[in-house]
Amino acid sequence: MRRTLTIFRRELASYFATPLAYVFIVIFLVLGGTLAFFTGDFFARRQDDLQSLFDYQPWLYLVLIPALSMRLWAEERRNGTIELFLTLPIRLGEAVIGKFLAAWCFAGIALSLTFPFWLTINFLGHPDNGVAVASYLGSWLMAGAMLAIGGAVSATTRSQVIAFVVTAALLFVLCAAGTSTVLAPLRGWAPPGLVGAVAAASLIGHFEAITRGVIELPDLVYFGSLIVAFLGINAILVELKKAD
Amino acid sequence: MLEIIHLVKKFGPLVAVDDVSFAVPAGEVLGFLGPNGAGKSTTMKMITGFLTPTTGSAVVCGHDIRRRPLAAKRRIGYLPEGAPAYPDMNAAEFLGFIAHIRGFRGREARRRIAAIAELIHIADVLHQPIETLSKGYRRRVGVAQALLHDPAIIILDEPTDGLDPNQKYEMRNIIRALRPGKAIIISTHLLDEVEAVCSRAIIIAHGRILADGTPGELAARSRYHNAVRLGLPEGADPGIAGELASLPGIRSAEQAQDGDGQGVWLFPRGPQPIVAEVAELVRARGWPITGLRAERGRLDDVFRAITAPDAPQP
Repeated sequence: MRRTLTIFRRELASYFATPLAYVFIVIFLVLGGTLAFFTGDFFARRQDDLQSLFDYQPWLYLVLIPALSMRLWAEERRNGTIELFLTLPIRLGEAVIGKFLAAWCFAGIALSLTFPFWLTINFLGHPDNGVAVASYLGSWLMAGAMLAIGGAVSATTRSQVIAFVVTAALLFVLCAAGTSTVLAPLRGWAPPGLVGAVAAASLIGHFEAITRGVIELPDLVYFGSLIVAFLGINAILVELKKAD
Repeated sequence: MLEIIHLVKKFGPLVAVDDVSFAVPAGEVLGFLGPNGAGKSTTMKMITGFLTPTTGSAVVCGHDIRRRPLAAKRRIGYLPEGAPAYPDMNAAEFLGFIAHIRGFRGREARRRIAAIAELIHIADVLHQPIETLSKGYRRRVGVAQALLHDPAIIILDEPTDGLDPNQKYEMRNIIRALRPGKAIIISTHLLDEVEAVCSRAIIIAHGRILADGTPGELAARSRYHNAVRLGLPEGADPGIAGELASLPGIRSAEQAQDGDGQGVWLFPRGPQPIVAEVAELVRARGWPITGLRAERGRLDDVFRAITAPDAPQP
């Protein structure tokens, strides 16, 4: 626990040691805001909710989350520090969890900086703040699942660019699975069970369920098990590929 | 204190380390020698728990690195090849991170960092980002990291690589000072370093141990062990070599071709030194010589003879 915390602190600080943190936060807020105002009609729809902010978030994360996760292990391999790191008296699990938590915490910081949107709807109307809280929680959980996937990909390569591209591709598949573009043609011929399974595997379906304000166990289990499974895969991949 | 038991590491069809066993007691500085790709670093990576051996293991102060990795790793200080460190941290932050991981907090951590910075002479660069440090300073930060917790087992992969001669001299003094009570392994390809700091040397090639002994014992395997080099002026009588070769203690005489001017190498017949015998004859004949020196033996010859036996020998 103490060692996990030490690793967490070093990793989090290393985001801020380079311009990455600031560039990420600025782009996240600018892009998120742009999508909410221009594509999501934040004001024009005259609704006191954050739907227009959260609607586009999976697609925003698709591009930005891999930028956070790509360095987790690939950078250690490129610098050779992985050998130093893994010969310190730490458990592999502590290393994997410490790194993941740092990335997840950073994503949480970026997400929480969208608070002016929340202030705005509270200033202009009488929003259901329960839905707002649920939406933030859902968004953060989705970021966690995406980071866990990206961390596992990062463990397989010494190139951060490869880690970025592969993670973005995987996340695209996971997001797109829940859209009508994929599901509609599938409905024409596939058995309903398969259509349901594809929809259930999608990040977007579970995310939208939560942003409607309904936090249900299956959605929490979905994100939780994605995180746990990919942290496990991450540990296995580090163990298998650390010497390459 | 450190016991390496039948270590084997295979990468696919390649056998990188082939049944390596040795023990390092406290107070020993073991020099690990070998050509590039001999398996030195791979062996060190297995001892420190980075690589899992194909078979065999290492026992660190009674703790098997495979069965009790955490207990073993606590007792090891390790400088990996190339002295890796997080480039975006400064040296103080980096050592602070290592100290925390190793369980030192607050004042104790600061005390240890200050003490090691003093010992390794990095106090003046503690607050510089590691990526801006010179190769020599970076290497020293890596050594500082390995010694921070005062480990019983110290494993340094090329600790003096990239250091200038003064820094090398300092680093060797530091290693010598660490020696009491600790088991130390350093890998190097600098043979003078082995003679300067090691109490024992192991030569490894193609993953196998080919020689194991004190630097003196290894040097004694050289054909130059106890040989005498006689320097002669230009145009000296060519018969001198022949007359020397007929001395009872001398097996052969050869023209020296070493750039030190004209001279003759005299090789002894047996283990006894021949320098007195040669000097006596020189004095009796009144030959005008420019130099006379006896060799202890040459570690680089032994190294070449052992690791590349088919190559032409000097």
